[in-house]
Amino acid sequence: MAKVLMNGNSAIGEAAIRAGCQCYFGYPITPQNELTEYMATHLSRKKGCTFIQAESEISAINMVYGASLAGVRAMTSSSSPGISLKQEGISYLAACELPAVIVNMTRGGPGLGSISAAQSDYFQATRGGGHGDYRTIVLAPSSVQELADLTYKAFDLSDKYRVPLVILGDGMLGQMIEPVEFSYEAPKEPIIRNNALRGAKGRTSRIVKTFTSNPATVEEINWSLFRRYQLIKQEEVVWDTFMVEDAQLIVVAFGIAARIAKGAIKSARIEGMKVGMLRPITLWPFPAEKVREVANRTNYFLVFEMNMGQMIEDVQLALEGAGEVSFYGRTGGVIPTPNEVLRVISRLYYQKGLK
Amino acid sequence: MKKIYTRPKSLKRTPFHYCPGCGHSITHKIMTELIDEMNLQDKTIGIPPPGCSVFAYNYFDIDMAESAHGRGAAVATGLKRAYPEAIVFTYQGDGDLAAIGTAETIHASNRGENITAIFINNAVYGMTGGQMAPTTLLSQKTTTTPYGRDDKIEGYPIKMSEILALVKGSAYIERVAVNSPANIIKAKKAIRKAFQVQIDCLGFSMVEILSPCPTNWKMSPVESWKWIDEVMVKEFPLGVIKDITGKKDAG
Amino acid sequence: MLVKTIIAGFGGQGVLSIGLSLTQAAMLEGRYVTYLPSYGAEVRGGTANCTVAISDEEIASPVASTPEFVIAMNQPSLIRFQNQIQSGGVLFLNSSLTQAEISRGDIEVVQVPADNIAEELGNRKSANVVMLGAFIKKSNLVSLDSVVKGLKDTLKEKQKLRAINKEALITGYNLF
Ligand SMILES: Cc1ncc(C[n+]2csc(CCOP(=O)(O)OP(=O)(O)O)c2C)c(N)n1
Ligand code: SF4
Repeated sequence: MAKVLMNGNSAIGEAAIRAGCQCYFGYPITPQNELTEYMATHLSRKKGCTFIQAESEISAINMVYGASLAGVRAMTSSSSPGISLKQEGISYLAACELPAVIVNMTRGGPGLGSISAAQSDYFQATRGGGHGDYRTIVLAPSSVQELADLTYKAFDLSDKYRVPLVILGDGMLGQMIEPVEFSYEAPKEPIIRNNALRGAKGRTSRIVKTFTSNPATVEEINWSLFRRYQLIKQEEVVWDTFMVEDAQLIVVAFGIAARIAKGAIKSARIEGMKVGMLRPITLWPFPAEKVREVANRTNYFLVFEMNMGQMIEDVQLALEGAGEVSFYGRTGGVIPTPNEVLRVISRLYYQKGLK
Repeated sequence: MKKIYTRPKSLKRTPFHYCPGCGHSITHKIMTELIDEMNLQDKTIGIPPPGCSVFAYNYFDIDMAESAHGRGAAVATGLKRAYPEAIVFTYQGDGDLAAIGTAETIHASNRGENITAIFINNAVYGMTGGQMAPTTLLSQKTTTTPYGRDDKIEGYPIKMSEILALVKGSAYIERVAVNSPANIIKAKKAIRKAFQVQIDCLGFSMVEILSPCPTNWKMSPVESWKWIDEVMVKEFPLGVIKDITGKKDAG
Repeated sequence: MLVKTIIAGFGGQGVLSIGLSLTQAAMLEGRYVTYLPSYGAEVRGGTANCTVAISDEEIASPVASTPEFVIAMNQPSLIRFQNQIQSGGVLFLNSSLTQAEISRGDIEVVQVPADNIAEELGNRKSANVVMLGAFIKKSNLVSLDSVVKGLKDTLKEKQKLRAINKEALITGYNLF
């Protein structure tokens, strides 16, 4: 297929349909409306598919829960304030081992905040977000093309491990238009998982529930989830690197911030500074081992995020004191420029006496 | 020279950010006039929502507090209970009051909370760019009903005024429009009455206002005024829907 | 080389659509390109703008704090963006709807009476495309051919509109 121009939100919609997503439930919120609208136009009329604009995000995530019970691929999307509302539902999805894809086109917070791009929902996404002892897989794309590619992956991973999965984008990725190519064709037949609730025809009836009066049963559920999470940590860590081989200073950044940082690093290289980048693509599981590996080459890290410093804690945990970690962040929806990051890199480079 | 017109005292000197022809501007104007006329500027507290009117606090020169989407009635409840002397109103769009905030609204009304809801029904989600609202008319096109609202898929335009009239705790409910000088005068009277009901501690009051959104209706302001008369009032008839005061017009 | 352009005007003047045409043309030429519209509350009250970044390598940020080019289709856009243009950059003014009071000596100003020209051509609505024509000639960012091809893709079904736009584009192009 040839490249087409699309904004990030619509690209997720198209990729989701091609990944076999059959149900979409949403509630309007800027800056992700184009995704809801894309599904209203393109999914609603597909045979066997459902689009509902719910009366709230709480309802939307609960509709996803229902669709997932029925064994089909379902998704919802929102932006920060709406994702806060979905947390209750995500906790139930995790507890019931139900797959679901949840897109967060993050905006500035806390509160109503701003509608501009931010990364301040990192903690919420990577720590589970709702109540209880659970994790979600978190994917962090940094271009419209990657939004599409990671959307296919999202449905596969979520189904494979039966865990809810969060695509953590931001307002700018959602709004910007770039050329994108779709490599998948939508499946001819609907994808229906095993063990779905579709009537106890020819089998014993099934129950999906989380509440029990016996704490030991809940503990057992937690252990079973935990073993699966260990497996995900072993198998599914994804990252990208840029010019780390000879780097004296490593920038760690994800999503749109990584893209801005890459621009800064290219300029820094022209000025003779040996700077490289490690970009986590799965934020959970976090590429901790990779961080330790690059720490064998240099001691100096700069974590750059569009928040007040959240992923930095994962970098520090990974290093266990082995490196010196600095931080630079803009937040609230302020979009830093590559030049701004370059200035921070230069200052650090010389302060630390790197050559 | 005799002054025959002046800007309401409780309307700040800030240019509105609303689109030309938007019903929010008109409603703000008559509400601030009323707050002046009823001498309520120092005790009225407004709760604006996320929605096009999210910046209402830039225009009303009174105490105001933003609420989370749809939670206005709950916030107003807490405020009024904690400080009953205040005149508390929520200012809510149709998405806010009739979709995400339905539960809060119905229960506040059912408890007979002494608060006033100013409910702007413009049949779309204005701020987020013209998606379907619960009040969107059948076959009306919006960005999320690109083929027109279909009752088999999206259900019917919801009539909050009629629903809330059935709830025991509501005291006064009227539907008005702000699409002509005559209707604007009626709208002002209705809001005056709603405030009076609150002052008299009679229970929950609400004024539903059919309000033009030329931008998302993709019409000129004049066309949007006509559309309210010719199309919208057929689904949402104007008039008093519930009134337990027995008095006809306070205004 | 990375070049960023901000296109601004009233909603309805078609600033977003010429931004898209420019983006489309750049894509057809195999360049890296991003397009970022203004959105949300920013567009209430009737103004709109978009930023197009075109480059020969990956684009770090689609945002332009100091654009090389600005197209101002109306007076508020002129006021808002003239101070952001990079020193040595070019300001394209729709002189039909703006009174230029340029307070800077370090930028070039190109005046295009886009609305007047479009009106003479018989369709005032194509003022944006007249401006696009003038812009690609003066900026040399993309070729006329690619823009024409791009118009074909974006206005697939509307034959007549395409003819009008093509004429407007070429008239604008031949101004300089
Ligand atoms: C939890 C949450 N979900 C979604 C939004 C996004 N949002 C802002 S305003 C709005 C609805 C606007 O429509 P309406 O209430 O009809 O008011 P109008 O803008 O038309 O005046 C939405 C969905 C939000 N702020 N918070
Ligand atoms: S979008 Fe509609 S409701 Fe919002 S300010 Fe404009 S006209 Fe008013």
